[in-house]
Amino acid sequence: MSILSPAIVESLPYLLSGVFTTLGLVILALGLGLVMGIPMALIQVYGPAPLQYCVRTYIWIFRGLPILVLLFLFYFGIFPLLAPDIAAFWIAAVVLGFRTAAYQSEIFRGAILSISEGQMLAARSLGMSRFYAIRTVILPQALRRALPGWTNEYPILLTDSSVCYAIGVAELLTRGNQIVARIGDPMTVYVIVAILFILLNYGGQWIFGRIENRYKIPGYGHGDA
Amino acid sequence: MIDLQFDFAILLPPLYQGALMTFALILVSAPFGFLNGIGIALGRTYGNWLVSRLCHGYVLFFKGCPLLLLLFIIYFGLPSLGITFTAFTSAVIGFILCNGAYNSEYIRGGIQSVSSGQMTAALSLGMSRVQAIRSIILPQALRKSLPGLSNEFIYLIKYSSLAYMITVVEITGAGNIIAAKYFAFFEIFILIGIFYLALVTVAGRVIASIEKKIAIPGFGGV
Amino acid sequence: MVMHKMTDGEIILRVEDIHKCYGETEVLKGVSFDVRRGETKVFIGPSGTGKSTLLRCINQLTIPDSGSIWLNDEEVTHAGPLINHFRQKIGMVFQNFNLFDHLTAIGNVEIALIRVKGMSKADARKKALEELGQVGLLDKANAYPAELSGGQAQRLSIARALAMDPEVILFDEPTSSLDPELTREVLEVMKRLARAGMTMLVVTHEMGFALSVANEILFMEHGKIVEKGSPSEIQTSPTFARTRMFLGTFQDD
Ligand SMILES: Nc1ncnc2c1ncn2[C@@H]1O[C@H](COP(=O)(O)OP(=O)(O)OP(=O)(O)O)[C@@H](O)[C@H]1O
Ligand SMILES: [Mg+2]
Repeated sequence: MSILSPAIVESLPYLLSGVFTTLGLVILALGLGLVMGIPMALIQVYGPAPLQYCVRTYIWIFRGLPILVLLFLFYFGIFPLLAPDIAAFWIAAVVLGFRTAAYQSEIFRGAILSISEGQMLAARSLGMSRFYAIRTVILPQALRRALPGWTNEYPILLTDSSVCYAIGVAELLTRGNQIVARIGDPMTVYVIVAILFILLNYGGQWIFGRIENRYKIPGYGHGDA
Repeated sequence: MIDLQFDFAILLPPLYQGALMTFALILVSAPFGFLNGIGIALGRTYGNWLVSRLCHGYVLFFKGCPLLLLLFIIYFGLPSLGITFTAFTSAVIGFILCNGAYNSEYIRGGIQSVSSGQMTAALSLGMSRVQAIRSIILPQALRKSLPGLSNEFIYLIKYSSLAYMITVVEITGAGNIIAAKYFAFFEIFILIGIFYLALVTVAGRVIASIEKKIAIPGFGGV
Repeated sequence: MVMHKMTDGEIILRVEDIHKCYGETEVLKGVSFDVRRGETKVFIGPSGTGKSTLLRCINQLTIPDSGSIWLNDEEVTHAGPLINHFRQKIGMVFQNFNLFDHLTAIGNVEIALIRVKGMSKADARKKALEELGQVGLLDKANAYPAELSGGQAQRLSIARALAMDPEVILFDEPTSSLDPELTREVLEVMKRLARAGMTMLVVTHEMGFALSVANEILFMEHGKIVEKGSPSEIQTSPTFARTRMFLGTFQDD
């Protein structure tokens, strides 16, 4: 492409490898959020009151604080005390994960509450324990219903991951800025970064859409849980 | 690490200035973001083929592009094309563009959920389409989209912190600067966290009470 | 029991050879009739024969493929932006009311007075209260549509149409979504209007109403008017017997 200067073409590989960092952040965070979000949702619905209170407070804090503040707090405040040598990438993944966990647990909670009480009664009437009923009857249905809401965390995490620039994680935006600092021409570089983000965003959503379709069950509508 | 006695006389003035800047960012951006959302939603719903496509493209772009990148484009990128804004203006423009894109999605949903009979009835009384949209469709659509719009307002509060990344010293920035100066990140970010939690919680309460106040029987499902 | 109005008023509405197709199906196959001032015409016919489409063509909510509509010798079809002016003079009442859900009862009546007629708020309020009084809804002036019964809602939508001082009102099955008791209160209002000299075109399955109020009953079938006449003429016709039969299943008068 002739409109791209040689300097920019040369920096493209460096920029493009930022895609892996960005996706790494997003995938780690999604996973961490899932692992934390489901138990948090279960606690909110079935757990004892004190635990419920803890979870609600957690959610209130992590949904209420800006991502930038969380990153600063963990990067400058908390991790230096706990694990001073840890790389910014991991801190960023943890912060994004903690935050999406708060949102995800709300999504799962809504899905669990949308399962009719009759399901639990039916399961108990078959002699299942409460725990077993939750695991084999309630959760499988709830998770399916939660899928559209859950996949919606992907574009949010993707765009939020760019804020990790603030603590120097070498994701897409950071690398873009580094290239700008070296060769100038900010507009071209930023447009390329924007295109990459948009491709990742809608490409990813498309893939998640396919997954949703595959796991759709007749009668489950489009899970407006 | 120095033993930090919280010296509020030193810490509070810059934080206070930062808080004012945060409020300024939010209060300037929110109304225009709201209007922008209405415009885009109307363009998408009632515009001709071209306008509707353009508005859709707008939404896809501004929802797909990270807000921070957008701020960089406006503040660091546009000057290379000869367009220069102050940092504050850049931040506000970015917030309006982005907030408007998200708002428009809720408003569009609201418009679509107004039954077609409302437009028919309005036309049958002799209203023009524009009049019908203005005095019948939009008031209903906005009511229906209120919960979504409130959510976006809360997001705006939180994302206003990104303005610091383009040198607007709002509260996160002010905190970061004095935290570095006094080497007291933990303590100061706790303070700032409390500020945001209070702001977001109070805003949520205020919105809820407004929603209650303007609630109309038959629009309960919102 | 039957007490028909005089119908020697001048012709105010002319419907000439209206055709309308949806895709392949021709829904209206050339419908023509004249309406005199003060007259009530009732349209009866099986479902899907184009009655609603016909009414909507009259105020151009649906644009006919060919044919023309004239109101007081002014052409309503091809009126361009002037159509809003004609629509003020052609009121419409819908089966499912289509009340403005975000406005109170009085707000529903006022809004077009203010926005379309450009009345002052005070004048609009006064006029709206009058109209609400006409349909017996003064005590519900500040209620929202969601708080009204079906019968009240339909009376309100009649008041809303009346407030514009229309020359003619189109009723599209105004009682079809109401149960019998509520139907009666709406029909009462309509009867009173007819006697007061309002010009009305009514699509309905209410034979009792048609026989006692209409100056002319028109039978529609497959997009055409197949028979018409005064109630006394129509009662002896075979179409009437047939219609009685198909209405008989859900109408008992
Ligand atoms: N907007 C439209 N697009 C396509 N077809 C339509 C449309 N509106 C009406 N039709 C069709 O035109 C035919 C006549 O419809 P119309 O509503 O005028 O009948 P109707 O006599 O009022 O019937 P009903 O007693 O059920 O109200 C129907 O077959 C209907 O399906
Ligand atoms: Mg009909």
